[in-house]
Amino acid sequence: MDNRSPYIADAPSVSVIMFKVLLALIPGIALYVYVFGLGVIVNIILASITVVLAESTILAIRKLPIKPFILDGSGLVAAWLLAVSIPSIAPWWIIVIGTLLCITFGKHIYGGLGYNLFNPAMVGYAILLISFPSIMTHWQIPINLMENHIEWLDQIKIVMNSHLLSKETIDAMSSATPLDYIKTQLTLNQPLNIIQQNKIFGFLGGKGLDLVNLGYLVGGLYMLKEKIISWHLPVAFLASLFFIALIFYSIAPDTYASPLFHIMSGGSILCAFFIITDPVSGPTTPKGKIYFGIAIGLLVFIIRIFGGYPEGVAFAVLLMNIFVPLIDSLTQPRIFGHK
Amino acid sequence: MELKNIFKFNGGVHPNENKSLSSSLPIARLPIPKTLVLPLRQHVGHVAKLKVKVGDQVLKGQIIAEADGNISAAIHAPTSGTILKISEEIIPHPSGLPDFCVTIESDLKDKWIEKKPIAWKKLDSAALIEAISSSGIVGLGGAVFPSHMKLKVNQNQSIETLVINAAECEPFITCDDMFMRETADEIIQGTLIAQTILQAKQCVIGIEDNKIEAYQALKKAAQKTSIEIKIVPTLYPSGDAKRLIYLLMGIEVPKEKRSVDLGIQVFNVATVAAIYRYLELGEPSISRIVTITGNVQNPQNYEALFGTPLSELIEAAGGKLNKTQKFIMGGPMMGFDLPSINVPVTKAMNCVIESSPELFPSPKPVMPCIRCARCADACPVNLQPQELYWFSKSSQLEKAKDYNLFDCIECGCCTYVCPSNIPLVQFYRYAKSEIIAQDKAKEAANTARERNESRLARIEREKKERAEKHAQKALGAQEKNSDDEKKLTIAAAMERVKQTQQENIKN
Repeated sequence: MDNRSPYIADAPSVSVIMFKVLLALIPGIALYVYVFGLGVIVNIILASITVVLAESTILAIRKLPIKPFILDGSGLVAAWLLAVSIPSIAPWWIIVIGTLLCITFGKHIYGGLGYNLFNPAMVGYAILLISFPSIMTHWQIPINLMENHIEWLDQIKIVMNSHLLSKETIDAMSSATPLDYIKTQLTLNQPLNIIQQNKIFGFLGGKGLDLVNLGYLVGGLYMLKEKIISWHLPVAFLASLFFIALIFYSIAPDTYASPLFHIMSGGSILCAFFIITDPVSGPTTPKGKIYFGIAIGLLVFIIRIFGGYPEGVAFAVLLMNIFVPLIDSLTQPRIFGHK
Repeated sequence: MELKNIFKFNGGVHPNENKSLSSSLPIARLPIPKTLVLPLRQHVGHVAKLKVKVGDQVLKGQIIAEADGNISAAIHAPTSGTILKISEEIIPHPSGLPDFCVTIESDLKDKWIEKKPIAWKKLDSAALIEAISSSGIVGLGGAVFPSHMKLKVNQNQSIETLVINAAECEPFITCDDMFMRETADEIIQGTLIAQTILQAKQCVIGIEDNKIEAYQALKKAAQKTSIEIKIVPTLYPSGDAKRLIYLLMGIEVPKEKRSVDLGIQVFNVATVAAIYRYLELGEPSISRIVTITGNVQNPQNYEALFGTPLSELIEAAGGKLNKTQKFIMGGPMMGFDLPSINVPVTKAMNCVIESSPELFPSPKPVMPCIRCARCADACPVNLQPQELYWFSKSSQLEKAKDYNLFDCIECGCCTYVCPSNIPLVQFYRYAKSEIIAQDKAKEAANTARERNESRLARIEREKKERAEKHAQKALGAQEKNSDDEKKLTIAAAMERVKQTQQENIKN
């Protein structure tokens, strides 16, 4: 006879955990819509449809039960994270291709839920960035900064079929991100305080982008409270990014943006709470999480400042994913009663 | 109640306590059953040596099987009657296998053998330990280790602290709680005896903060003593001896050591009370308090004679309810399914839970591990259960060992918090038993190889000796004794046979 104890359990299911992550994304997404319009919603819908259809097909091919592995919600989390990471004015096929890459090469090629070595959303993002660099660095500017008034339908049209819009409208809608803008302007020997007088800069980071980041921060704090994520990763990552930025900023404030700007720009907050906290591709030990977070913070800064890309989150995360088994094995906690 | 000077261990869980179910009524006494079945192994160690035969009349408290060596415990007749049979019966053990038992047909007179109280105040430790060695007392918290062995002090390490375990951290179980409320004086007396025997400098009782009444009863009984009563938070598995020692003293007892190596000895509350009763009243270990709870009409604690069929306990608690599917012995975290309702009450049986689908729903479908590390957060030993699971599942047993699989106390906290519903502890039990089996096989193979090597060496040596002898004889003796020749021929033939056998074995 088998000893089956314990007979009781008290744990949120994987589905509940994943749907709470989706819920935590809502404030950020809502602010995204408020600042940039409906493009992001179109992308999220496309990503959701793609991920469910693609994952169902893969599960059927792999002869695995479809329902539990769709309902676990992990595919949706990856798809939503990708959808909010790409430019909201990218054509529809970008998110569709990205989601397909994410779910196949990011997840199922390794065996599906629980087995992927790399963060699936970042796999999709990195391949898109390398394959379509122009589209992937062409971002929308906040609606209230646009010179022409833009209809909500136009916000959808630009994703679904940009030929329906005039070239002027499209040009009016897009610009470089603040991080990108600083990078290009610095090569023209502009001092930072002049660069940052551009209208796309806001109080903390990019105008409007800092608001969206605050939305993600609220979601992140909710996940901390709900014990979906532990504090180690976001704190280690943000602290490391902050301190390396602080060092450079205090040496040459004309060339290097302030630490707070780094925290509130690009994907820093999303990365801190939603990307590096993916449990499957991240370390599990408390110490390991801290080292992992610190390393990604440093890499993000290095890629932003010295790399070829204006934002470094995806590459930093993927690079560090490689080290996760090593980090885990080197950071085993002390066992009760051991020296 | 305030929690002072408590050292918190990592993790732990706090399931629904479900203790009030069975703690609203006082402890009741079960009627004497018609037949009692007494397993000869109710303790850790050697099986007790049978001292009776079928047809013998026995009195209550009479030894029917005596301790076999030091690590063993005697079995006494729980009531008067006749030895009906000595046979293999189903016992309450997770294996579900039968074991040797003595069946007594009760004469319902419940006639005591002459009780022999021991003037314990006048005896020294050695004499007391000797006396207690035939009391049949074992650890009643569930470990059932013979108590007299735990009272023996190692010459190299004196006992500094006696810890009395009153934590009772498993949900549902209230036998210690109720026993403390009603019998606090005996517990304190027993504690003082144990402290005297061990010559322990200090004594501390650890009790969870959900047992206020029991705490107050102990406090009152211990008023004029130096015994300290410390409250620990209600957090499973605080009743695990090593966890309790840490909570109370901040001392971590390593896996390979016992607490006595660090000068700490631990007894359960019911065990010290049993020691007191044996010395003071001359009553050996013949009964215990059992909680019967769960999906039952009248959840309650009963004082039951060892050997009482579980079915009678169930009957007393109002009978089996319709939905009851099975019975669990112990608590819901570490208990096990009982193989039958006809098993007897034993020294280890602290609680029986009548299960129902509402109480303990069948486990949900297992999902892949998402490495969320909730298990690691819950592990009181600070292991990384998700890694151990990975290694156990893929049978990387060496790796599992490296990651300290054998430090796992199988408390079940990891399984309790797993979002993927993975039965983690079962994987660890499997991996542990596999490793033990492999080690045994390896050891057996090593022994066989060593034996074989020494045998080959011996054959080689004998061959050489014979050859030398032969050569000497050939030189020295002209006339050959036909007998010698015969012997040599025989020896040579034997040698050939041996060699052939040897080759066969090798092949």
